[in-house]
Amino acid sequence: MKVLTANRLTDGEAVWYSDTNGWQDVIQGSTLAEDKTGEERLDAIGKAAFAQNLVTDVDLIDVNVVDGAIVPQRLRERIRAAGPTNRLDHGKQARAA
Amino acid sequence: MYRYDEFDHDFVKARVAEFTDQVNRRLAGEITEDQFRPLRLMNGVYLQLHAYMLRIAIPYGTLNPRQLRMLAHIARTYDKGYGHFTTRQNLQFNWPALSDVPAILSDLASVEMHCIQTSGNCIRNVTADHFAGAAADEVADPRPYAEILRQWSSVHPEFSFLPRKFKIAVTGAERDRAAIQTHDIGLHLKKNEKGELGFAVYVGGGQGRTPMVAKKIRDFLPEKDLLSYTTAVLRVYNLNGRRDNKYKARIKILVHETGVDEFARQVEAEWADLKDTELALPQADIRAIEAYFAPPQLPDRPEDDDRIKQARLDSRSFGEWLDQNVVTHRHPDYAAVTISLKGIGETPGDASAEQMEAVAGIAEDYAFNEIRVSHEQNLILPHVARADLRAVYDRLVEIGLATANSNLITDIIACPGLDYCALANARSISVAQDISRRFASLERQREIGELKLKISGCINACGHHHVGHIGILGVEKKGAELYQVTLGGSGDENTSIGEIIGRGFGPDEITDAIETIVQTYLAVRNGGDEKFLDTYRRVGPAPFKEALYGSEARAA
Repeated sequence: MKVLTANRLTDGEAVWYSDTNGWQDVIQGSTLAEDKTGEERLDAIGKAAFAQNLVTDVDLIDVNVVDGAIVPQRLRERIRAAGPTNRLDHGKQARAA
Repeated sequence: MYRYDEFDHDFVKARVAEFTDQVNRRLAGEITEDQFRPLRLMNGVYLQLHAYMLRIAIPYGTLNPRQLRMLAHIARTYDKGYGHFTTRQNLQFNWPALSDVPAILSDLASVEMHCIQTSGNCIRNVTADHFAGAAADEVADPRPYAEILRQWSSVHPEFSFLPRKFKIAVTGAERDRAAIQTHDIGLHLKKNEKGELGFAVYVGGGQGRTPMVAKKIRDFLPEKDLLSYTTAVLRVYNLNGRRDNKYKARIKILVHETGVDEFARQVEAEWADLKDTELALPQADIRAIEAYFAPPQLPDRPEDDDRIKQARLDSRSFGEWLDQNVVTHRHPDYAAVTISLKGIGETPGDASAEQMEAVAGIAEDYAFNEIRVSHEQNLILPHVARADLRAVYDRLVEIGLATANSNLITDIIACPGLDYCALANARSISVAQDISRRFASLERQREIGELKLKISGCINACGHHHVGHIGILGVEKKGAELYQVTLGGSGDENTSIGEIIGRGFGPDEITDAIETIVQTYLAVRNGGDEKFLDTYRRVGPAPFKEALYGSEARAA
């Protein structure tokens, strides 16, 4: 499974794409691509958003769904989704607390 | 320190205006990311994992209190209340919005700072010995020459699009505290037999994926020839450096592939046409720049001894700090103070806005308005009267910056790693924090003695792991972090590249592995005075391999 991620142009904030909310600040609730067709669709959305200068550094990343939560496979993406592990008061994790 | 003249002010102001326009055009969608990326990089703006990152140049690591206060202001106003001092003597903010960068640059310009050439394939911030102007063993202050190089290299039309980035470091002492042999050009300021100033010139050092120790291509270059000779080196590199492969584009590869003798011959041939041109530095110009770095008037303060002796008796922790973080000064009544940014379990190199402001205040009150950033990610007060050391210590205690660990195992260099950096493969800060906590006991650290531990989160080696006495390189293997250990590296006048000791360790194993290495050292060292590096150079890797891998090592 994959989700679409990027950084918002204006502030560089890590964002994920949701069919419901558009580019959102949290990974949970982002749209899952469960097959090739879904990936191609998200890829097209990402390219369009990049071309519209909404986001930059667009990427489709591998995720698993664990107990209903979206969990990126790579540590890099888990840190992007949560925040730096040395500063739990920063990043998305700080807002969730 | 150097003060901007009218030209400098106008230049930086114009650059801020130019980049402000570029940012506005980018935000308005008038230019694409592909067009904007090289422009933002030229102005120190990166995109990292969580946000943009802004890298601010601190020329040769020298700051005045006004500048440090401005960095604190920016941290508080536009970022998250802290900054990260780097191994390039620079400062990075990890969370600025692109839309705020023009305002930040404008604030920086007001205190004679900028972010120009902190990225890109150009000549980067010139670094220098952090004890410059204060060190007892110094021939002369290297910073005037670093400043001359800074002015010459700023938006240099010929050298703004080199095959790859280019780093120059200068030291003015035999004891190399600027790691000059790990730079593209390393300059060792010295005197010849006639007492004239000049440089030993080293070329082709570097870390990254292909670490190399720089080679000396000239034993003595007269100071007037600094720019003509540097130009000759850059010209040979610019012409012949590889542009087809970014991993082979640094000058170290060119020097290696060309051969040092042939490379030096090419430089000398190029220099023959340059040395008597307008690049020859007039004495008057050198002395004029030198005047900016005139040492502060240091009045004799011989009242120190009794006061310090008493203070030692009053406070054991003050005595420990004195022993560890204070070094001799060229003036016997003064000392240079290392302010450790390596509190136990904390992020190496980070300082809060409040700490920056407090250090600025201490520098104003006790250190002649001078602050330095060391490439080891600490702050330095280069000129403190010994009689004032207790007062400085007390002020540092108030802000949590009195950790007495300079040059000890918890004085760890660590790059931002995977917690922030888009290039990283593994975390380095968390490893530094774990090791720091494990070795928190100062008594134990001092028993171990000088030990430089350096951690990088990827092969680019921003954490200088190749030249750590113990180096740790984080890699990603099968989706997990793995840490390779190197031993025997050193970034001083006897620079050496550490040797990989064996298979790597997982995040939960690496601190135990360091513990094993330290225990092995303590067991085999030749008395308490033999430092880790000396022991390693004497006994080699075998006992460490045996301790880490046992029968596995013997089988190999």
